[in-house]
Amino acid sequence: MTDLSRTEPLQHWSSPDPFDPHSIEKLAAGQERYYMASQWQMMWWKFRRHKLALWSGVILLALYALTLVVEVVAPYAPSTRSARHIFAPPQSVHLFHEGEFVGPFVYGYRFKLNTETLKREYTENRERVQPLRFFCRSDPYKFWGLVASDIHLVCPAEDGFMFLLGTDRLGRDVLSRMIYGARISLTVGLLGIAISFLIGITLGGISGYYGGWIDSVIQRLIEIVKSLPELPLWLALSAALPVSLSPILVYFGITIILGLLEWPGLARAVRSKLLSLREEDFCTAAQLMGASPKRVIGRHLLPSFMSHLIASATLAIPSMILGETALSFLGLGLRPPIVSWGVQLSEALNINVVALYPWLLLPMVPVIVVVLAFNFFGDGLRDAADPYK
Amino acid sequence: MLNYLAQRVLIMIPTLLVISLLVFLIIKLPPGDFLSNKMQELQSQGDRSALERMEFLRQQFGLDRPMIEQYAAWLGVWPHHGEFSGLLQGDWGWSFEFNRPVIDLIGQSMLLTAILNLAVAIFVYMVSFPIGVYSATRQYSWGDYGFTFLGYLGLATPSFLLALLLLYYANVWFGLSIGGMMDEQFIDSAWTWAKIKSVLSHLAIPVIVIGTSSTAGMIRRLRANLLDELQKQYVTTARAKGLPPMRLLIKYPIRMALNPFVSDIGNMIPQMVSGSVIVSVVMSLPTAGPMLLQALQSQDQYLAGSFLMFLALLTVIGMLVSDILLAILDPRIRLSGSATT
Repeated sequence: MTDLSRTEPLQHWSSPDPFDPHSIEKLAAGQERYYMASQWQMMWWKFRRHKLALWSGVILLALYALTLVVEVVAPYAPSTRSARHIFAPPQSVHLFHEGEFVGPFVYGYRFKLNTETLKREYTENRERVQPLRFFCRSDPYKFWGLVASDIHLVCPAEDGFMFLLGTDRLGRDVLSRMIYGARISLTVGLLGIAISFLIGITLGGISGYYGGWIDSVIQRLIEIVKSLPELPLWLALSAALPVSLSPILVYFGITIILGLLEWPGLARAVRSKLLSLREEDFCTAAQLMGASPKRVIGRHLLPSFMSHLIASATLAIPSMILGETALSFLGLGLRPPIVSWGVQLSEALNINVVALYPWLLLPMVPVIVVVLAFNFFGDGLRDAADPYK
Repeated sequence: MLNYLAQRVLIMIPTLLVISLLVFLIIKLPPGDFLSNKMQELQSQGDRSALERMEFLRQQFGLDRPMIEQYAAWLGVWPHHGEFSGLLQGDWGWSFEFNRPVIDLIGQSMLLTAILNLAVAIFVYMVSFPIGVYSATRQYSWGDYGFTFLGYLGLATPSFLLALLLLYYANVWFGLSIGGMMDEQFIDSAWTWAKIKSVLSHLAIPVIVIGTSSTAGMIRRLRANLLDELQKQYVTTARAKGLPPMRLLIKYPIRMALNPFVSDIGNMIPQMVSGSVIVSVVMSLPTAGPMLLQALQSQDQYLAGSFLMFLALLTVIGMLVSDILLAILDPRIRLSGSATT
């Protein structure tokens, strides 16, 4: 039995501060920052953690920045020919000549035609030291076809040559052409995806929002387009482009063709997202307040899954870049004088090229790098697209 | 099951109809046709008898009729003009360029295309299944990283370049002959064991090349699916109860992960057929690829149309097979009559 007659108070601590009923809701600074952040900010935080995706993004950004200034970066113009250097192998950049520092330079070529195999044999000419020049004058060009200039980032020595990645059948510098090709090959994917984005969002939006028979018709259409083998159709469509078309129109024609078959995946993504979102309260509220379907889709629904869409669009770009490469390789895509990686690779159609002039296959390196970078970048975006998870 | 099968086969009919319309529109897209181009050429040469022959062919195949009538005739639902009866009657038309019935030209190459794609499908399954299971069960091991890296590389390399490189190195290292589907002495001989062996050795490189990107995608998906399953509670429970790891793996998670694995083959088939077209051009295989390219360039419409139709048919049938496999595997689909995706 306890002693009930005890009179002194219990010993316990009590705060002298006035009682604040909201104290439990107070957030730490870090928590506050997290809860107040916008959706895009949270996506960025999440994306940042994905190191591979981050670096892929940096690489892509650098490459797209390059496409803006190809004229300056490329040491030669894309059509400059050196008749004395046909199928010349890549040179390597040296720093020391006979133990002496001269800065970056290349050795000249010594050329000999093998009279038995008719193979052109180039050897390094150790006596000709050709130091590279930087921010120098060389081939004239028109920057973006507008401003005439002749300043390059790096050019060969005066009266010298610099073919860091060798030359092709006509003695044109492979490196310069690869740099110019980047402008075409990288933008083909972007334009193509813009077109399929448009078709995909429109059809997917209609299908997901209205449902019913419209939905099933569009679904069947998607299934049919998806079940078609892409390449033969791309081939057939590009064979339909008239031969007399100007190169720039061929370029746009090819991007449209690439975009035309790529939309079903996007349309499906839009539809399935819409189907779940249109049941949400904010959507019903907008409808009750008299918003038109166009406004509900465009203003309320689309923004809430834009991030997903961007991620799936990013993942669709590589197949377009590969598609352009394949078409041009077969001679049905872009045509000279346009320079793209696919056009360059089309010179390597013959197995002899692999054996004799393997450097003509080098444009495949940027293709692989870009496709990989887009894949990693897209994966990162997809993971970040739902930051609340 | 029968119900589902019937439904699935019936859906193919409108699908093929729409495809045939698309194919027809695409091959008629370029202005003019093979015969009118040829006639212009002949007119400038003043070759009267050939010109008359062309005019006869033009009438025979109704190339002077309106587009919709031509389509219907090609399909075989329109009263035919002359000799030509249409696809539904089993008449694939006439190749103007080779001056032979299309069926004579493409019969052999269709068979080889089908064989090639079948071999690719088998290759994709046989390679991706063990690697996918290995990668998932040994997540973050060196092997897993290695296969993931190879897989990404396989996804990113254009197949025609891979074809070129492999052709070259196969010849240098293993002395495999370059290109073609079989050694030359077998081309017109009857099927013997030696011929089959020759075909198989020539098949190896194209199959690897065409299958690589599909295999890479398949491994990625199987790995992801299996990883999802392996994290679930029932696996932990089974482990806690002392089920041997191998038996556990085969009995539960793999069966669950197998479902998307089978249905994905449907998505891969168009990709494989695409791949086989370009790779056969590079490797000069006597499959649909090179001849389709030629027919498209010269606007030989019935030849091109037949090839496109055949390739589409191949994918549609492939998808049917994958759906049937899926229905056998998964009672939910078999009973509800539609895929639960």
